[in-house]
Amino acid sequence: MQRHEEYVLNTVEERKVRLVRLWFPDVHGQLKSFALPSTELETALSEGMHFDGSSIDGFSRIQESDVIARPDASSFEVLPWSDPDERAAAMVCNIENPDGTPFAGDSRNVLRRRLQDIRTEGYQFMVAPEMEYFIFESADPTGSPIPIDQGGYFDLTTADAGSDVRRQTLATLEMMGIPVEYSFHEDAPSQHEIDLRYNNALSMADDVMMFRLLVREIAQESGAHATFMPKPLPDVQGSGMHTHMSLWKGDDNAFYDPDAEYQLSAIGRHFIAGILAHARPLTAVTNQLVNSYKRFVVGTEAPAHVSWARNNRSALIRVPLTRSTRSDEGAQLGSSTRIEYRAPDPACNPYLAFAVMLAAGMDGVERELELAPEVEGDLFSLSTDELAAQGVIELPRSLGEALEELETSDLLRAALGEHIFEWFLRNKRAEWDAYRMQVTPFELARYLPVW
Amino acid sequence: MSSSAPTEPADLAPSVEVIAFPAPVAPDLARSLDFASIEWRAAGDVSELVSLVSAHPEATRILTAEPGFTELSAAIKELAAASLAEGGVLALIKGGQLGELMASDAAIDDFCVVPFHAAEFEARLARVRGAGRRMAENDGEEVVRFGALVLNVDTYQAAIGGRPLDLTYMEYELLKFLAQSPGKVFTRASLLSEVWGYDYYGGARTVDVHVRRLRAKLGEEHSSLIQTVRSVGYKLGEVRWPS
Repeated sequence: MQRHEEYVLNTVEERKVRLVRLWFPDVHGQLKSFALPSTELETALSEGMHFDGSSIDGFSRIQESDVIARPDASSFEVLPWSDPDERAAAMVCNIENPDGTPFAGDSRNVLRRRLQDIRTEGYQFMVAPEMEYFIFESADPTGSPIPIDQGGYFDLTTADAGSDVRRQTLATLEMMGIPVEYSFHEDAPSQHEIDLRYNNALSMADDVMMFRLLVREIAQESGAHATFMPKPLPDVQGSGMHTHMSLWKGDDNAFYDPDAEYQLSAIGRHFIAGILAHARPLTAVTNQLVNSYKRFVVGTEAPAHVSWARNNRSALIRVPLTRSTRSDEGAQLGSSTRIEYRAPDPACNPYLAFAVMLAAGMDGVERELELAPEVEGDLFSLSTDELAAQGVIELPRSLGEALEELETSDLLRAALGEHIFEWFLRNKRAEWDAYRMQVTPFELARYLPVW
Repeated sequence: MSSSAPTEPADLAPSVEVIAFPAPVAPDLARSLDFASIEWRAAGDVSELVSLVSAHPEATRILTAEPGFTELSAAIKELAAASLAEGGVLALIKGGQLGELMASDAAIDDFCVVPFHAAEFEARLARVRGAGRRMAENDGEEVVRFGALVLNVDTYQAAIGGRPLDLTYMEYELLKFLAQSPGKVFTRASLLSEVWGYDYYGGARTVDVHVRRLRAKLGEEHSSLIQTVRSVGYKLGEVRWPS
């Protein structure tokens, strides 16, 4: 037995863990899990858990539906919010075919494959997402959601009733070993932001899954409902998942060049160019819901155009100011040079989102794509013609438009793999069509009386 | 008080606390050991070292990097080969050998740069000896302690100030590795190869990420247990010695 597994079995015994939650993401990025009594754990570790994958979204195949969930012992973590008498632990699983090969519908595997590709060139991909979400009184879909407070940006007042929940969330995150960079009340009522500290993309995607789970569980404990839905309220800004990215080669940040403009290296510039080149199809993955596109509204913190800038909050990519001298890890100067991609929203599948963002960026690096000049000034105040004159195009305005872009993208097809690519397109098309069939209250109110 | 001649048969000898290598030992080392009333012996060559240590397996080994660091590492390997790797090892090295020490994976618990400051030497020796004793206590269960931190090597459990720490396997291994050599500074590269194994592909950032997670789990009160040594790496705790 491997030492990892020995560690897990010992800890289960010593810490009196009763239940182990084995989990994995479906293709939407929803967390699927089954609970295992700890007595069954040893078998699960050595043989994996066989199950019928046909009812998992994105897993179904025509001939063969049996898959194996193989728990990754290195991910074993006791859940800090579990009852000490009925302590629970969690482990993420890799999904395999019965012959032991990686299963093509496992989005974790998609990201792992991308990371292996860049590893052969000596690179490591680090990401740090800013998670935004709302806390409402309930999940009742029949009315407009009711915020639990009326706090505003950075508010710390009694108006911020959600801050207790947030404080508890932070404490739990720390106990889970998910370090937080910042947290604050966001712009909108009941909207919160928690910025996670960077980590390698695979661990971070796992953390995003855990993050969404525990935020919802903690809100639920206080009788509220936390949601990562991108745009739950029509009149206030939506929730994004701005993602900071950097590439590392050993100890060195490959995006850092002390002599370059903004200390952004040639690799960093190519990476940005790659993402911009593929930004339109990328959106289908980073913003996968019909509702996602209602966040891309002119005049908010969300981008609507494909552009980059040093420091322009209407840009799709920013190169944030780095605090080059501050680092509690003692890392060298400039280690925090990074780019911030502002399109993703927190309802994405983080594995697929990080995988396609990386694939797009690396395409820019490999083809040494030239980076267009940055676009300063408020993009929202410029007309489409003025933007076109600067070579700025728009992000897709709807899921339907994004899916059309996705369908023609060879890069994303390769990055996602045939299985997920096909399933995703088919499933999302159906979602888009179902939405288009709706007759909305807007239409009734506007047209019924006068036509 | 003590002699450097390892001639007495083991069963007649008083309990030997320190074995120095190679003989003849430097005068200031002999003086420091004598002043501290430590019962010590010295071994002239590796085979003599092995037989002395097998007679006194609990004794702390003080190994001087003479003529070079290579000989010191070789001596440690010989002891390990003879299954005598249990007792603590304090290395005495020259300033110019620090590079070799940092690059080495030899099982050294602490070191002192010669010519040493007598008080520092005593403190480091006391720590190494104390660590050795602590490993042997607790009913045969191997336990590593540092301040409020306790790690049970047999059951893989960790606690700080009596509070159990729920760690992942790699977090546990990293903490254990650092706690086994308190005060010793490890580079990120050496931690990667020692804790993760040389075949691990992750970059040095992996170490930073795990340290950050460990600090988060240790809690604010104890987060400074793992210290960042600027532009070098990490260490666990401070080495303090009487001034």
